Amino acid sequence: MPITRKGGKPTQRINRAPSPLVARTLPWLAIAIGSVLPGWVMIASAPVMPPLGFLLFLSWRQLRPGLLPIWSGLPLGMIDDLFSGQPFGSAVLLWSAAAIALDIVEVRLPWRNFLTEWLVAVCLIVVYIVFSLMLANLAGADAPLPVIMPQIVIAVLSYPLVGRLVALIDRLRLTPFVVIR
Amino acid sequence: MAPPANRRSGFSRRAQYSSFFSYAAGVIALLVGLVLVVVSVMHPDAFSTLRSAAADVTEPVGQTTAAGRATTRGVVASVTGFFTSGREHARLERELAEAKVRLVEAQATASENRRLKSLLDLRETDPVAVAFSRLTSSTGASARRFATIGVGRDRGVVKGMPVRSATGLVGRVLEVGASSARVLLITDTDSLVPIRRAKDGVPAFAHGYGDGTIRVRLINLGINPLKKGDVMVTSGSGGLYRPGTPMAIVTEVLRDGAIARVLSNPSDTDFVMVEKVWAPPLPPPHVAQPGEQ
Repeated sequence: MPITRKGGKPTQRINRAPSPLVARTLPWLAIAIGSVLPGWVMIASAPVMPPLGFLLFLSWRQLRPGLLPIWSGLPLGMIDDLFSGQPFGSAVLLWSAAAIALDIVEVRLPWRNFLTEWLVAVCLIVVYIVFSLMLANLAGADAPLPVIMPQIVIAVLSYPLVGRLVALIDRLRLTPFVVIR
Repeated sequence: MAPPANRRSGFSRRAQYSSFFSYAAGVIALLVGLVLVVVSVMHPDAFSTLRSAAADVTEPVGQTTAAGRATTRGVVASVTGFFTSGREHARLERELAEAKVRLVEAQATASENRRLKSLLDLRETDPVAVAFSRLTSSTGASARRFATIGVGRDRGVVKGMPVRSATGLVGRVLEVGASSARVLLITDTDSLVPIRRAKDGVPAFAHGYGDGTIRVRLINLGINPLKKGDVMVTSGSGGLYRPGTPMAIVTEVLRDGAIARVLSNPSDTDFVMVEKVWAPPLPPPHVAQPGEQ
């Protein structure tokens, strides 16, 4: 009897492999879409949306270290900068720095669990949001620190959810559906 | 959880090199980012072409999501309206009765204004509106407050034009692309709008604070005449913003000004109007008086 999903058609798993194109491009695509998405959800009059692109970037690097190369902050950060409203280059700088910092932490702390991963990510998220504000202030804005507090709280609390989302996309990425000849 | 796959390169020369080069590329990416930031801090317009192009590309999707947002708001309003309809109806009837009286008064004022203007030989010049559009997206994750509208050079939008909604001023156009434009919202900390109190014309500046409110800074120092509930409108001094556009309502009085709430909340705004840049009328030509050189 074939393996069936609940109520669905029998899924054929034998003799199938994941598509290399999907497996390679899906993380990049997910992060790029994550950079554009917060702007569409609502017209915000205060910084309240979490920086979804950065959260996805961090989550991918934590779930699959080495899947995205360490220089991936350059192209992905550029896409984020086009839509984020920050001075151009701020995401390139901060994402690259975050990738390097995360790599150093992972060398020091090889054994991982949910708590350490979350704590490391929380530190990086808080530093990222504060530095983003400072770079925006350098480029002409004059926003005080309390303005970004709600955003920090929302970003920190939504990070585990983003992690679940990334795990889901990762399963999708490695679904075998291409027939091997 | 066990550590992930061992990333030690071992004795393989090839693995050592590729590991080294990937780290070198990471550091180079960091330096490139630093250079880009320095350039964009020195010249904020340096990458505006790129940004406009990106906004143009995503503009059709932005239009769709803007329509979706409007629908969602409509559904929420319908559901809440179902629960509060009786109370609202009574309140609206009361307000309508008051408004009818005010309308007659306003008509009288309007006719008097017309008469006085014809005496002064002033006439309204060309129409105000340039284009209408939805706000398609905004920078919700940044400390800066920019929004994108779905009209650009194709509809004659140029840099500097004020943008308003039915309820008040929204911002002004900052960068123009082919079919989209970037708007600096009045809540951005870089936005400074000359305003006056609607009822007696106390002059002030409206300065965005970044958290959705506005700081009202008085021009005349001394006793603060502002009261909670005062409505501020643009004064038009210095040009750019058309005078009399509703702008903000004072919610809290400070020692040297006030905190004000924006009248046209961008998240509730559906359509906005791009206006022509307002130029203050020229002073009347100087007539030489007898006995004057």
